Amino acid sequence: MGAPLIELSAIERVFHLGDSRVHALQSIDLCITAGEYVSVMGPSGSGKSTLLNLLGLLDRPDSGSYRLAGRDVTTLSADEQARVRSERIGFVFQSFHLVPRLTAAENIALPMVLAGIPPAQRGERVRQALRDYGLENRADHRPDQLSGGQRQRVAIARATIMQPALVLADEPTGNLDRTTGEEVMRLLEALNGTGVTLIVVTHDGALGARARRQLLMADGKLQHDRAGSADRPGEACGLPT
Amino acid sequence: MRTADLIRFARDAANGSPLRTSLLILAMAIGVAAVVVLTALADGARRYVLNQFSAIGSNLVIVLPGRSQTGGFNPGNAITSTPRDLTIDDAQALLRASAVHRVAPLAVGTSEISVGGRLREVMVAGTTAEFIAVRRLTLAQGRFLSSGDWRRGASEAVIGARIRDELFGREEALGQLVRVGDRRVRIVGILAATGQGLGMNTDELVIVPVALAQAMFNSNTLFRILVEANGREAIAPAKAQVSEIIRLRHEGEQDVTVITQDAVLATFDRILGTLTVAVAGIAAISLAVAGILVMNVMLVSVTQRTAEIGLLKALGATRKTIRNVFLTEAAMLSLAGALLGFALGHAAAALIRQLVPAFPALPPDWAVLAGVATALATGLAFGVLPARRAALLDPVQSLARR
Repeated sequence: MGAPLIELSAIERVFHLGDSRVHALQSIDLCITAGEYVSVMGPSGSGKSTLLNLLGLLDRPDSGSYRLAGRDVTTLSADEQARVRSERIGFVFQSFHLVPRLTAAENIALPMVLAGIPPAQRGERVRQALRDYGLENRADHRPDQLSGGQRQRVAIARATIMQPALVLADEPTGNLDRTTGEEVMRLLEALNGTGVTLIVVTHDGALGARARRQLLMADGKLQHDRAGSADRPGEACGLPT
Repeated sequence: MRTADLIRFARDAANGSPLRTSLLILAMAIGVAAVVVLTALADGARRYVLNQFSAIGSNLVIVLPGRSQTGGFNPGNAITSTPRDLTIDDAQALLRASAVHRVAPLAVGTSEISVGGRLREVMVAGTTAEFIAVRRLTLAQGRFLSSGDWRRGASEAVIGARIRDELFGREEALGQLVRVGDRRVRIVGILAATGQGLGMNTDELVIVPVALAQAMFNSNTLFRILVEANGREAIAPAKAQVSEIIRLRHEGEQDVTVITQDAVLATFDRILGTLTVAVAGIAAISLAVAGILVMNVMLVSVTQRTAEIGLLKALGATRKTIRNVFLTEAAMLSLAGALLGFALGHAAAALIRQLVPAFPALPPDWAVLAGVATALATGLAFGVLPARRAALLDPVQSLARR
């Protein structure tokens, strides 16, 4: 087991909907070490997407601290968080979120374009990614010319093109049929095999069960934290479990 | 994000919604074209009027004897109240002034012209060969007075069209000898009919060499000295130099009045120039409208592309990057609109010039520059609000939109 990558302690997130206060996350303590494969499960409204947004620095907790690779990221400015997202975090979404007017290759290159990486270097990495995900002859196709599985492969290629330490997948197979979903999961798990920390949010129990560590959420609280393997979860963090 | 990538991204975004993009460019283009065409019309009107005026010599500076303005006390005034006369020497001295192009002395008197028993009272103008160029007159037949020593005039005359008609009717006038006063002169040229102009009517004029006229009227004074400056800009220096030369020649006394025809012209120029600015201002309103359209369209674009903005943020785009993306798009659309409007406006102005060749419908450079610059500025200014809104969007909520 590697060093702790994610350390959450006493995280609270409250949404105000009109007069009512919704506790989306309540006193979450969580430690995930580098290279883990974690699934987050729970019914709708249990707070699993909120947790994922928080881990991806798209949202801020109302209280508590989040340390990513040893660095407290809750106090960073919006632009510093953007930089952390750019360098360390890859997102895979249920609805792919490809830019419709850009080709597959351009979609894959987008994070590098935003990060200001020179075009020559980009081209080489995009070609490699297209090869890795079997998209060589789909490079110049737009998303509407691609199948669902191909779109999600483009999205995964885009999520990994900056070589992030953490990949967050929100219902990655939600819009795919069983076979394509299986294929996408294998790709994500292969990624995890290379040392990338993978966190998958799903409400599909079978899918969640594939992960070595499964988190179950209900009403904004961490209900269960069980490891499929013999390892005790959060061991490297030195937290009481 | 690199500038080249920013431009490519904004271009792709603009191409992504062709209708929106083309409508926006069109609106901007119409605004700029309106500025170009309207100022071309207004400035064309200004030039048209100026051209009409310069037909009678717009660069004219006229020297007349006597002072029409009240000056300070001069000892000379106590001794002699009559001003010094203008002489041919004065006129010749004016040729030394650097801003002066041509000088034509003018001595005027009335006399009788007679030929073959017909007799008519006429105005006789004594001048030199330069007169025709200074006053921009044209000849119908023959030649004008011969150039040469101003003090030794040949016995020749150029007559106005009406005098020719009255004295000779259908007969040939050129080369005929006529009596003017007590002199016999040969008609060497006939002026083209012009009708009534400012000043004297050249149709009823007999023009003879200045020396001859002075001998005829037994005087050595001049009625006027007509001075043509080197150009429009040289009129003021010419006026100053002429005044100074005459003052020095007249023992330091400012006893002539120097007037410019340009004073009238300057007023017209000012009025019509103001009109051009006013018209440009009116046209600029359409640019402001186009700017507001840019803002609206960009706001709609931000709303439509909310999910994309959320994605860009998730992929690590900073607020500045998002803002730049939208500002670049607004700037590119405005620039494209401005260039198109520039071309359209010039094409329309060229068409007007084709259809009405006498009307110089050329947009002034300042108006074109101001039009294009205003288009860019409004496009950018009105692009700031949508770009800010995009930059400040919450990524979680944006991503949820689809």
